[in-house]
Amino acid sequence: MTGALIDLFGWSYALASFVLWLVSLPIALVNWVAMQTGAASPGPLAGLIGWVTGPGLTGFVAVIVAVNILLLWATLLHLLTVMWIERKMYSRLQDRRGIMIGLGSSDILRRTLGPIPLLGRPFRKPSHLGTGFLQTVADGVKLFQKEVITPTNADRWMFHAAPVIIASSTLFLFVAIPWSDGFWLMGSMRDGVPVNPWGILVILGAFSVAPLGILIAGWASNNKYTLLGGMRAAAQLMSYEIPLLLSIIALVVLAGTLDPFQLVRNQSQPLTFGLGPLGRIQVPFLPNWYIFNPVLWIAFVVLFVTVIAEAERIPFDIPEAEAELVEGWTTEYSGMRFGLVFGFKWLRAIAGAALIAILFFGGWSGPVFMTVWTPNLAAPGTQYPIPILPQEFWFTVKIYVIFIVFVWIGWSVPRIRIDQILNLGWKTLIPLSILSILLATLARGFRWF
Amino acid sequence: MAEMWINMGPQHPMTHGLWNLRIKVDGETIVDAEPEIGYLHRGYEKIMEVREFQKNVVLTDRLCYVSSITWSHCYCLACEAVMDLDVPERAKYLRVVTNELQRIASHLMWLAAFGPDLGLLTALLWALRERELFLDLIQLISGARMNQNYPRIGGVRNDAPPDFEKYCRKVIVHFRKKLAEHEMVFEQSKLFQVRTVGVGRISKEAAIDWGVTGPNLRACGAAIDLRKLDPYDAYPQLEFAPAVEHGGDSYARYKVRVEEMKTSCDIILQALKKMPAGPYRVKPPRRCEGEGFRRTEDSRGEALFYVIGDGDDRPYRVKIRSPVFSSIAAAPIMMRGSKVADVVAIMGSIDVCVGEMDK
Repeated sequence: MTGALIDLFGWSYALASFVLWLVSLPIALVNWVAMQTGAASPGPLAGLIGWVTGPGLTGFVAVIVAVNILLLWATLLHLLTVMWIERKMYSRLQDRRGIMIGLGSSDILRRTLGPIPLLGRPFRKPSHLGTGFLQTVADGVKLFQKEVITPTNADRWMFHAAPVIIASSTLFLFVAIPWSDGFWLMGSMRDGVPVNPWGILVILGAFSVAPLGILIAGWASNNKYTLLGGMRAAAQLMSYEIPLLLSIIALVVLAGTLDPFQLVRNQSQPLTFGLGPLGRIQVPFLPNWYIFNPVLWIAFVVLFVTVIAEAERIPFDIPEAEAELVEGWTTEYSGMRFGLVFGFKWLRAIAGAALIAILFFGGWSGPVFMTVWTPNLAAPGTQYPIPILPQEFWFTVKIYVIFIVFVWIGWSVPRIRIDQILNLGWKTLIPLSILSILLATLARGFRWF
Repeated sequence: MAEMWINMGPQHPMTHGLWNLRIKVDGETIVDAEPEIGYLHRGYEKIMEVREFQKNVVLTDRLCYVSSITWSHCYCLACEAVMDLDVPERAKYLRVVTNELQRIASHLMWLAAFGPDLGLLTALLWALRERELFLDLIQLISGARMNQNYPRIGGVRNDAPPDFEKYCRKVIVHFRKKLAEHEMVFEQSKLFQVRTVGVGRISKEAAIDWGVTGPNLRACGAAIDLRKLDPYDAYPQLEFAPAVEHGGDSYARYKVRVEEMKTSCDIILQALKKMPAGPYRVKPPRRCEGEGFRRTEDSRGEALFYVIGDGDDRPYRVKIRSPVFSSIAAAPIMMRGSKVADVVAIMGSIDVCVGEMDK
C-alpha cells in the first residue's frame, strides 16, 4: 500500500560508516607516515583500519546511532507533542484556551524581528496568542534548572535507580515498537520484508517493567504517601497485566502471529468475511482491520481499558491520586527526576496507543489511494509504488487520534477507587478477556473469519 | 501492613484550607480519623469586642470568603435583635436576593472543589465558569466580587441598581440550562456514582447528635431548614421547599446542594417579583444594651451569632457558631471503615470552609 519514508537501520548504517571513516582518517595518516619511514606495504595499522571500517564495528555503531534516533524521536518529537496535545485538548474541554506561549512570545525575537516585513509577522501579534508549543519546552527547561533533592531517610540507591528503570523501560518500548516498514530496530529482513516473530511479546514485557520501577520509587522514598502509591501501582499491575495479555492472546489466536509486521500486513488486505461453507465475501473499500471483526470487539474493549490503566491515566491514575496522596509515588522526586517519571508517563500512553493501533487499526498501513503506481524502469513490466503520504504519517495520525480519545475519557470522568479498580480488573476484565479468547478460538476453529 | 497514622494536612491537596486530618489506616482501610484544627485561628470573637458594631460587618465578611454575604447578614440580624431595630421591607427582600445569590455562588465553589477531589478537574473549570455569572451579579449590586460588605445593621448598603431584575433573570435562565449539563456530567457518570453512592454514610440520628446542620443534615432525610423553621427577613413571604435527600452519603449531599441551587434560583425570582419599593436602610443606634441572638441558614448549615451589648458602642461579647465546626467533628463517624480514597469524597462533600471553622 503506502511505503515507508524512513529506513532507520540503513540511514544509521550510512551515518555510522561515515563517522567511522572519519575516525579511520588519522589512523590512515599515521599508517602512511609509518609506510614513508620504511614500514612494509600494507602498513602496521592496516588491520586496525580494516577493523574500524569493517562491517562488525559499523553495525554496532549503527545500532547505537539508531537507538539515539529513537530516543530523539521519543522525547523531542512525541513527548513534546503529546504534552502539547493533552494540554490543549483538555483546555478546550474545560472551556478555555490553555497554553499559548509560542515563538512569538519571545521578547528578543519580538523586538528584533517584529518590524521586518513577512518574517516578523508572527512577532507582531500579542505575546500570548501563540500555539503554545513552546510551553512544553519551557517546562522541561525549568525542570532541568531545579535542584534534585534526595530525602534524608530515603534509600539512596533505589531512589535514584527508580527513574532510570522507568525511563529506560519506556525508551525500550519505543525501540521495541516498529514505527513503519522501514522505521524499526527490532527485527530482521526475510524475503525482502521485515519480520519480528516475538515482537508483541517484547512490547508487552517492556510494558510491565515500569510498574516495578514505580513500586521501587514508592518504597525507596520512605514516605507514607509514596508507599501507598507504590503499593497501589503494584496491585494495579497485578490486576491489569493479565487481562491485557489475555485480550491480546485472543487477537493472536485469530491472527496466528505475534509479529507486528505480519499483523500490519494482514490488516492492509481488503476486508473479507468467511461465511463457513458459503465461502468468503469481500467488503469493498474497507481494510482488514481487526477492529472490524465482531469476534474481537470484547477483546478490544478490554485492551483499551487496560492500556489506559497501564498508562496510569484518569480514571485509573490511582497510584498518583493527587487529591488524597499528594502526588502519589512521585511526591518526593524533584527536578528532572520528577520530569522523567512524570513525562515518561505520556510516552507510555503513546506506546499504548501505538500498540492499539498496531493490533486493531492497521498500524502504519494507509489508504490505497494515497499511493501512485509508476512503471518500474529497473524491472520493465512491473509497477513501482510512490507513497504520497508515507506510513509514518498514517501511524502517527492513528496514534494521536487514539491518544485524544484517552484525553477525552480522562478529563470527563472522576478517578476510580483502588478496591473498585481491582474489582473491575479481576471480576470483569479477566472473565471478559477469557470469553474473547473462547470466541476467537471458535472463530478460528470454524473458520468464520 | 501495620496500622499507621497519616497526616492529611495542614499542607495537603485534600484540605481546602489550613487544617489537618489525621487518619489511621490499615493498608487502604481507614480505622480511625481525627480532625485537628487551629491553624487558621484569628481570634474573631475577641477582635469583634474592640470594634464598633457597624465596623464588625467587615470582619464577618471574612469568616468565609466564599460565602461573605450570608455571614455578615447573620451578624446584622443578631445586632438588630440587640437593638430592637425594624428593617425596611425592601431591605429584607434585597437581603434575601443577595443571600441566595451568595448561596448559589458558594455551592458552585463547592462543586468546583468537589470535582477535582474526585479527580475530575473539568468540573472545577465548569463550575467556576458558572460562578462567574453570579459573582458578576453580586458585583453589580454590591460593588465587589469578594468580601462584599453589603448587609448593614438596619438594612443593606445600597439599593439594587436599575435593571438588576433583568440581569438576574437572564443569568438564571442561562444557569438553569448549564446546571442541567452539570447534572448530566455528574449523575450519568457511572464512575461518579461508584465513588459517592454509599460513601461516608451517616444516619439522621447520629447527624443530629453531632450537630451536623444544613445541606449535610438534609442529605440524611431531616427536613430542617432555618429559612422555614425559624424564618427571618422576607423568607416567610416566599414559597419554596427545602431540598431533602435520604441517602446520608456523599451522593445525597451532592444532590441536596444541586437541588438547593435550583431552589435558590426560584427564591431569587420570587423575591425580585415581590420586592416592594421604599427605603432600603434605617439608621441604627450607635450604642445599645442587651442580648441578641440570631441563627440563619448559611450555605453550609446553621450559622449563629450571639451578641451582648453593655451600653457601649462596641459589643461586650460575640459568639459565633460555625456549621462546619460541627460537621467536621462528625467526619470520623462517616470515615471509619472506608478507603483512603474516600477521604476526599467525604470531606469534599461536607464542604469545609476553614475560615469560619477556626474563626
